[in-house]
Order: sequence, then C-alpha cells, then structure tokens
Amino acid sequence: MKVLAIASVGGHWIQLLRLIPAFKGSEVVFVSTKQSFGKMVSNEKFYAIADGNRSDKKGLFKAIMQLRKIFLLEKPNVVITTGAAPGLMAIFIGKLFKAKTIWVDSIANCEELSMSCKIAKKVADHVYTQWPHLADDKVKFKGNVLK
Amino acid sequence: MIFVTIGTQEPFDRLIKSMDEIAESVGEEVIAQVSTKTKLNVEHMTVLDFLPPQEFNKLFERADLIIAHAGMGTIISSLVKSKKIIVFPRERKLGEHRSDHQIATAKYFEELGYVDVAKSKEELYEKIKIKQRDEKEIKLKIGDYASENLIDDLKKNIQSN
Repeated sequence: MKVLAIASVGGHWIQLLRLIPAFKGSEVVFVSTKQSFGKMVSNEKFYAIADGNRSDKKGLFKAIMQLRKIFLLEKPNVVITTGAAPGLMAIFIGKLFKAKTIWVDSIANCEELSMSCKIAKKVADHVYTQWPHLADDKVKFKGNVLK
Repeated sequence: MIFVTIGTQEPFDRLIKSMDEIAESVGEEVIAQVSTKTKLNVEHMTVLDFLPPQEFNKLFERADLIIAHAGMGTIISSLVKSKKIIVFPRERKLGEHRSDHQIATAKYFEELGYVDVAKSKEELYEKIKIKQRDEKEIKLKIGDYASENLIDDLKKNIQSN
C-alpha cells in the first residue's frame, strides 16, 4: 500500500503526525505547505505545495496543479488528511485517481464539523470526527489524536 | 521565560499588543513569535518572525509558560511537553480568523483541564500571575500518538482493499 498523508502546516500537520502508527506496513509520502516541515519526517518522502483557502483561490489552484503532479508520480492507493483546504483538494484528486480517501476532522472542530469536513463527507470513503457528539451515520468517532 | 506564539497563520495584533503592554510587569523575559505581516511596534518583548520547526521547538522547550492563540498545534505541543499554557482565542468579529472555532476549542479544552483561557489583557495578566505562582507540576501529559482505537481503525481501513 502506498499512502499519501497530507495536511496544511500548523495544527493540522501536528495531528497528522500523531496518526503515523496507522501507516505501519505501508509506504508513506507526506505533503504539507511549507518546505521546512519536511524535517519533521526526515526519513520519509516529503513534498511541499502551495497553501490556499476559501479566500485564496490562486493558492488553491496552484496547490491542485502541484497535487496532480504528485499523484501522477507517486500513484498512492490511499489518501489520508487532517485538513484543511489542501487536504480537501487531495481528497477530490484522490477520488479521480481511484485512491481510497480518508478525512480525519481536526480536534479543533468541537462544536461542529469543519466546512471542509462537511464537503469531504460527500466524497471521502471514510470520515472521522474527534468528538463523540459530532458522529453520525457517515462520520465515525473512534477516539482522538491526543492519547 | 514566557514564549508567546500566534501559530502559522495570520497576524494576531490584539494578543501581541496586550502581551507587550503586560511584558514589563511580569518579571521575566518574554519572547514573542509574531507575523511578518504585522505593522505593530513591539517595545517590551524580544520579537521573532515565523520560525522553522526546530528553532520553534527549542524556544518551546526553554519556556516556563506558553501564551498562544487557541491553535491545536500549540495546544498539542504543550500537552506533549507538559508546559503550562494560557490560550487567547482568535475572534471572527475582530477579523482574527475565518470562524469562531478557537473560542469553542478554548472552552472545550479548558473544561478538560488541558489549558487556561484569557480573553482580554486584564484576564491575561491575572492568569499569568497565577501561573507564575503555581509551582505544581503539570499532571496532564499525553503520548506521541493518537488513541489506539483510532489508529487501529485507520490501519484497518488503509490496508483493506
């Protein structure tokens, strides 16, 4: 299995790194939005892409083009992300490339699912929340990144 | 040393300005990581721009108290390293974030006993004074990875075809 694990820098990325034991036995390619963060996964393959969000469409477009290239090159079987916007893009591109897609919503979203999660819910194969009261028939709660 | 961090996003001048005004009277060195985009004139703190992870970690390790926006990166790091932390949530109506989720995060994590929360300069000053007097070791500490149930479920889903 080849896993593409992607998250924006900051809290999303820190949470993604806390899922690393789940990638055991698979080849992992990490993607984030700042080159210097590659040092945190220095033994693994790492790509930095542009950042973007709902108000930075240009950044998002650039990120999509970069992601497309990474997918063509790496051909991952699974995409897993803890957000935010670049992670959602990776879910969409992952779908196009027939990869299995997994969204883990940030633990910061404790009152409602993030807007990206609500979109991911419609496309991703597996969606997780980190708060039991936000789980529903499509969004699972299995614990959080803290323990 | 008190380390002030606003995360990797946008400037957070309300926190930096409040902390700058308090810094003179806290009786210890205050180092603040601020945004390059800010025009704020900081007078009483040592100011640093966005830091690469390794340098950030060094300052984090050295700090006796962390003052931060209510971002998960900082909260998780403080739990892993058993650091005292006071969070100052970004508010949407003040243009500090796209949503008010930091207020919610702060509330939930305060209820769990993971963080202290301040929403104004006055509150921040009071909580810093309390934290400085508080010699107790932090009992809450988390490991390096997510809960086993979550890891196992993810692993199952990653490996099944």
